[in-house]
Amino acid sequence: MMRTAACANVRVLAIFHLPLLTETLINLRAPGSLGCDIAASSSSSSSFVSLITSHRTCIFVAHLQNGDQKASVQQMKPVMEVSACACQHTDVDFLTTDNKKEERRVRANDRDSNENFQYASNCITTSKYNVLTFLPINLFEQFQEVANTYFLFLLILQLIPQISSLSWFTTIVPLALVLSITAVKDATDDFFRHKSDNQVNNRQSQVLMRGSLQNEKWMNVRVGDIIKLENNQFVAADLLLLSSSEPHGLCYIETAELDGETNMKVRQSVSVTTDLGDPDNLAQFNGEVVCEPPNNKLDRFSGTLYWRHKKHPLSNQNMLLRGCVLRNTEACYGLVIFAGPDTKLMQNSGRTKFKRTSIDHLMNTLVLWIFGFLVCMGVILAVGNAAWEREVGSLFQSYLPWDPPVDGFLFSALLAFWSYVIILNTVVPISLYVSVEVIRLGHSYFINWDQRMFCSQCNTAAEARTTTLSEELGQVEYIFSDKTGTLTQNIMSFNKCSINGHSYGEVADPLGAQPKRLDFTPFNPLADPDFCFYDDTLLESVKVGDPHAEEFFRLLSLCHTVMSEEKNEGELVYKAQSPDERALVTAARNFGFVFRSRTPGTITTTEMGRPVTYTLLAILDFNNTRKRMSVIVRNPEGGIRLYCKGADTVLLERLCPCKQDLINITSDHLNEYAADGLRTLALAYRDLSEEQWETWSESHRHAEKEEDLLSAAYEQIEQDMMLLGATAIEDKLQEGVPETIALLSLANIKTWVLTGDKQVLSRTETAVNIGYSCKMLTDDMTEVFIISGCSVQRVKQELRRARERMIAHSQTKDSEKKEVVEGCAAACLKIFRRGGKLPPFPFSSNLMDNISGDFALVINGHSLAHALEADMEKEFVTTACACKAMICCRVTPLQKAQVVELVKKHKRAVTLAIGDGANDVSMIKSAHIGVGISGQEGIQAVLASDYSFSQFRFLQRLLLVHGRWSYLRMCRFLCYFFYKNFAFTMVHFWFGFFCGFSAQTVYDQFFITLYNIVYTSLPVLAMGIFDQDVPDQRSLENPKLYEPGQLNLLFNKREFFICIAQGIYTSVVLFFVPYAVLANASQSSGEPLADYQTFAVTTATALVIVVSVQISLDTSFWTIFNHVFVWGSLGCYFTIMFVVHSQTLFRSFPNHFHFVASAQSTLLQPVVWLTIALATAICIVPVLAFRFLKLDLKPQLSDTVRYTQLVRQKKLRSAGGSVASTWRSAGSCSEGRLGARGGSRRSGYAFAHQEGFGELITSGKNMRLSSLALASFASRHSSSWIDTLRRKKHAHTPPSTSGECTPALSHSSSVLGCSQEAPIEEETVRDSQIILMTITSMGASEEVANSAGSPSCQENHTNGV
Amino acid sequence: MVKDENESANRPDNTAFTQQRLPAWQPMLSAGIVIPGFVLIGLAFIGIGVALFITSRSIQVLELDYTGMEQDSPCFRCSNADLRDCVCSIRFSINSLFEGPVFFYYGLSNYFQNYRRYGVSRDDNQLYGDLTYFKKPFDQCEPYRYDSNNQPIVPCGSVANSMFNDTFTLFQNVNDQQVVVPLDGKGIAWWTDYNIKFRNPSITPLRNAFNGTAKPLFWSRPAYELDPSDPANNGFINQDFLVWMRTAALPDFRKLYRRITEGNYANGLPAGNYTLEIAYNYPVLSFNGRKKVVFSNVSWMGGKNEFLGIAYLVIGSLCVVMSVVMLIVYAKFKFPEED
Repeated sequence: MMRTAACANVRVLAIFHLPLLTETLINLRAPGSLGCDIAASSSSSSSFVSLITSHRTCIFVAHLQNGDQKASVQQMKPVMEVSACACQHTDVDFLTTDNKKEERRVRANDRDSNENFQYASNCITTSKYNVLTFLPINLFEQFQEVANTYFLFLLILQLIPQISSLSWFTTIVPLALVLSITAVKDATDDFFRHKSDNQVNNRQSQVLMRGSLQNEKWMNVRVGDIIKLENNQFVAADLLLLSSSEPHGLCYIETAELDGETNMKVRQSVSVTTDLGDPDNLAQFNGEVVCEPPNNKLDRFSGTLYWRHKKHPLSNQNMLLRGCVLRNTEACYGLVIFAGPDTKLMQNSGRTKFKRTSIDHLMNTLVLWIFGFLVCMGVILAVGNAAWEREVGSLFQSYLPWDPPVDGFLFSALLAFWSYVIILNTVVPISLYVSVEVIRLGHSYFINWDQRMFCSQCNTAAEARTTTLSEELGQVEYIFSDKTGTLTQNIMSFNKCSINGHSYGEVADPLGAQPKRLDFTPFNPLADPDFCFYDDTLLESVKVGDPHAEEFFRLLSLCHTVMSEEKNEGELVYKAQSPDERALVTAARNFGFVFRSRTPGTITTTEMGRPVTYTLLAILDFNNTRKRMSVIVRNPEGGIRLYCKGADTVLLERLCPCKQDLINITSDHLNEYAADGLRTLALAYRDLSEEQWETWSESHRHAEKEEDLLSAAYEQIEQDMMLLGATAIEDKLQEGVPETIALLSLANIKTWVLTGDKQVLSRTETAVNIGYSCKMLTDDMTEVFIISGCSVQRVKQELRRARERMIAHSQTKDSEKKEVVEGCAAACLKIFRRGGKLPPFPFSSNLMDNISGDFALVINGHSLAHALEADMEKEFVTTACACKAMICCRVTPLQKAQVVELVKKHKRAVTLAIGDGANDVSMIKSAHIGVGISGQEGIQAVLASDYSFSQFRFLQRLLLVHGRWSYLRMCRFLCYFFYKNFAFTMVHFWFGFFCGFSAQTVYDQFFITLYNIVYTSLPVLAMGIFDQDVPDQRSLENPKLYEPGQLNLLFNKREFFICIAQGIYTSVVLFFVPYAVLANASQSSGEPLADYQTFAVTTATALVIVVSVQISLDTSFWTIFNHVFVWGSLGCYFTIMFVVHSQTLFRSFPNHFHFVASAQSTLLQPVVWLTIALATAICIVPVLAFRFLKLDLKPQLSDTVRYTQLVRQKKLRSAGGSVASTWRSAGSCSEGRLGARGGSRRSGYAFAHQEGFGELITSGKNMRLSSLALASFASRHSSSWIDTLRRKKHAHTPPSTSGECTPALSHSSSVLGCSQEAPIEEETVRDSQIILMTITSMGASEEVANSAGSPSCQENHTNGV
Repeated sequence: MVKDENESANRPDNTAFTQQRLPAWQPMLSAGIVIPGFVLIGLAFIGIGVALFITSRSIQVLELDYTGMEQDSPCFRCSNADLRDCVCSIRFSINSLFEGPVFFYYGLSNYFQNYRRYGVSRDDNQLYGDLTYFKKPFDQCEPYRYDSNNQPIVPCGSVANSMFNDTFTLFQNVNDQQVVVPLDGKGIAWWTDYNIKFRNPSITPLRNAFNGTAKPLFWSRPAYELDPSDPANNGFINQDFLVWMRTAALPDFRKLYRRITEGNYANGLPAGNYTLEIAYNYPVLSFNGRKKVVFSNVSWMGGKNEFLGIAYLVIGSLCVVMSVVMLIVYAKFKFPEED
């Protein structure tokens, strides 16, 4: 039944049959679909449980690692999430039905043996065609489109002489045109793909061949090769890191291209290969790697290295993936494991889901309806034909016998049906899809070309990466925005501080000029020139030597986990985990307290020009519950001091109560800062006596292993501290963010902020702060609900309470209104009454839609997980959508996508997701429109996005200007397009009644061929590309103009029927007016006018004129192109007609151009022109009257805006003034950072930090020898320091070079790699225990115990197979 | 400097086109244009309508049905399809001068020249005098492509085969004597048909060109004998043939037969009694068709056409009424003027 991998640590606990599995799934409370892999992970990232279902038999597999007794299943999540939070060093062996085939074996330096497996080479091809295959493949692809196949089918029908009512060329010409346009587009796309493939494939890399390094192209690198990478080089393939120039085989990579994260990551080679430093040794290396087959999981890898008869487990920590860039590492060697298309980068770049707009869907439906309509028409006419043939045709046979195969009227009717299908097929014009694509392409170019969406700072223009979504931009109702990097710049600036009760920092001066930026260089040569601070009183007090200020900055220079790099003296580069820390340390640096370097046990600073070295006694690291960090240092004088910084809420409790005044003042300052949306930290210190330190360090040492004890120890020493002050860091918003959000909300677009990026541990507090600072939340809001429950019940309750309050509020408000305004009471009363009758839940969505107050909802990740569960989601959506603003904090990437999907599902609204990082990719992909913020380092989001630009504020232009226009243009285009084709085609239907239902066309065949592609295509394309109802400034000034798009008012089924009706009306007029006039008319020379050719020319001319007049009415923005196209098309019509009817062509092909001279003899007749004029008037006058009356009786907002604009223009023109200047100042009233002072009390605490760095620093693992050496030159006067350094080196290097992986290192690296903390909730743990119990009860309890005890033994228990 | 260059590389061009700021005319349906427009259109239409109506009134038309369906019809006898070379005559009188030039049409009803397969059943190459198509007519001519002896039919196809072959002679009864009214058979077809579209093969005598071909089944004479008296009216360029070959758009149609322009009748048909002698050859009763002759004169706008005048009058009046409605609506609901 199944086999497991030979080296698997896998224990099969039980194999259930389908019913049992479903039961298990129910226990897990995840109605996951059977047949797909469902995996659950434990919170402590040590066990991995996967459920593999295959057909009838389902296998439940638990994989347990050693040392972990309690396997706890957290939550059922799709595999994607598991890979995100499962720990990297779990070596998971893939369990498949056929393992031998699926695993990969790579032998180093042995191309011959690797060749047997035929692994993919490192050559990548993203292109689809080459010169030879282009035509067949492209045509094959194009004919997979239903429309194209349909026309091909028509073409074949036309080749049957009995059916052919039209010549073959009427279909093949448009079809060929359409196919070739698409083919050209595909060919250009593919050309560029070839180009970029070549560029990548020809990159150089150094490959170890026969003991020496040789330059090879990337495409020639093979699996099993050892290649050398140098600093700042791109990794050529997925490599197993063998050795590096850095100690302990560490190397640093930047994974921006892979996952968008810009912080550096550490990779470490397997300890046994670390010493294979030089090429000679490496050439001897003959290890064999057995690992998982290629997959797309970026943060997981499992494999085993067999070398010298030993097994070494491999994990993602040992891998360098293609697409990463080597940083801060001189060189490293790696073994190619996956190459080319097998690399994780390429496996991830799968085809993105093809997005279609709602107009597309509507269009498809309509096209289907039209097909139905076509068939109906065909049937009606076929029935007519049958009747006619029976009554008339059979008698008329003496003059017109039936075709030989036709033996009766029924067969004739069948043929007539197909003939009419051919004739009437133009109701679904072949050019529709191409025209739509062309228009969208035009709109995309306008987005690319827009200078106002060009960011000059980062030199990037907006880019429409998808050309198929443009009109959907005009229909967006929900925006899901990431916070960091999208709303904010992710630049922290030290903005204000409070020192000893004095607040320093930028003085808000609304009228005055920009305050002067302080220049630090004369005072401090080490200052960072980019640092901005505007309050010189602080600098003065530092210069004077204010002890509080000095201590304040000393704290900032000591209490952190920043690493410094000083290539040349004075050129300090700080490498901080978080921008907050960097900002603080940089502030201290500029105010004269320069952090120079650190070793595991010392910190060297330059204080006011004087080098000082502190002994670092302990780092009391940050964690999420402590919300603070401290350092304990011994200063050169020997004094021991604890410096602490942390959240005001926790820190203020731990202060010595002696200076209550200072605490109060500082607390006021903190509130002030928080109200400004700043991120605050309180700073304090405590002097420790030698005894205190000794006793504490003793207890600390004992507590080392136990987390609880450790925090108790920390707690113990962080007491009785003296307050120094507070810092306020501005998380700089991107320019124009508040204005944009305000404007979008005026346009009835709801913005939801979903934060939760890994780099910044955003707390509810900071998210709320950002909400306030970008105007999403205001103090005018009726209420802000914060949902932070940890259990389903709590969340449910909180949501319900929120809803109740909202309803209560709107009811009171409504009743107030009722008292005040009696007139409009009816509607309110209705709501009120309905409200009274309602059960607690489900609340009528109607009621929830009518919530009137300004509410906001803030929900955090834990609660969101519950809110997104199947039975809660409806409740959650109704509540959330009733709120004006919505902020979700700490959401995982998957949850972001789930929220988007939820709104898509329940609100049927167009959603837009905007983000900048890899964590936004899922959301960007699942939203209708994904927008990536470009110009940042990571490009993952941009790659997944449909539109990209560099500033959030461009969103307003993208939606309100481009989107609105696109929607308007597309709708007008479609309306007109269907209209003109119905007007054109339905004439045949009416004619059918007068020509014996014989599928005779009204028009000349050339006219039919060219009508859609020449005579009427360009004017409507010009309208679809250039039309504007109001100029861009107007639509930014009147965001309400956006609403028709959201409500889908301009093109929907109703509008479609109106267009169709108008088209049919026109066709009636176009047939019956010439019919009535010409039937008995004669030329002035006496010849009758009712001959077929004259009739055809008259009708066709009338048609072209009518649709041209109609497009002229529809076009509201007549650029030069519109003029050229409209007049040109008319001109074209007459020219082509005269050419086709010319003698020359007739003489060459009498059978094809038998309309010879019809044009001139027809158009010279005044009656014909009178007929055309009459038909035009009958078609157009009602439209004109209707539009005028509608404009006056029921003007749309856009009409009003347009009207006032025109009136103003006229007035200005008459006044002689220029039009331009007065309106160009739209929407640029930047108010900078906003915030209503004196509002609700909020803590502005922010600590963008991760746990674990303290340990990394004190262990010295991340310090390079070079940096230690550099540190020495920063403080070369202090000889005692060098001694310390030496001591430290001896103390620390031996254990870490000794070979085996140390627990400390593995721990720290796991923290580094697994930066997302996985919250464990009691409830889920309880759930998982239930599951485990279920499993145990199935009789597998021994296995659980065994596996926990001996992970490496290869046991394979199966039950119930 | 370098920075500027870099920037200009990415910065989109600042042109009116790329920035969508092209100068444009932005028309709006304002009352100032629409209402006067409607009045003007209305008045113009009424004017044209009146003119058309009056002109149309002055045109005289005389229609005579000679199908012979009814028992009392003089051609009832001839309507029997079995009868060959039947001649019947219709008498009619004109009370006042029928102003000239008078056009003499024949008309057919319920006759589907516009039937698709009928319309294509001809070979324009053949009719253009191309001898290769004399041997091998166009396949759309089926079943009138080859005769039973497998001889190619020239001219082939249903259209030619079913050529109308009644002939008419008009007499004025003057003092019990029948005076032949001369009928002009020249120039009854389109000039282009006669000169361009149809052409006899350039072989003299014409009959040689038709060697090895058959005449259309329904024809009594081959094409080269349509008018042996006048080579310019013989073969494919026979005017009656040309008129027939220009197929009608609608099932009820009339075609020009002759013009009355000569001699005493140049100014028209004087009041009096007339006799129309009809060589009744063309059977229509089998498919419930009707045959008629029409005498009509024309004006600048062609023949009698009451519909056009009335339609113009109606549309014109509607426009005027609409403009009044719009004026009222506008006065009540107009846009508030800019403050």
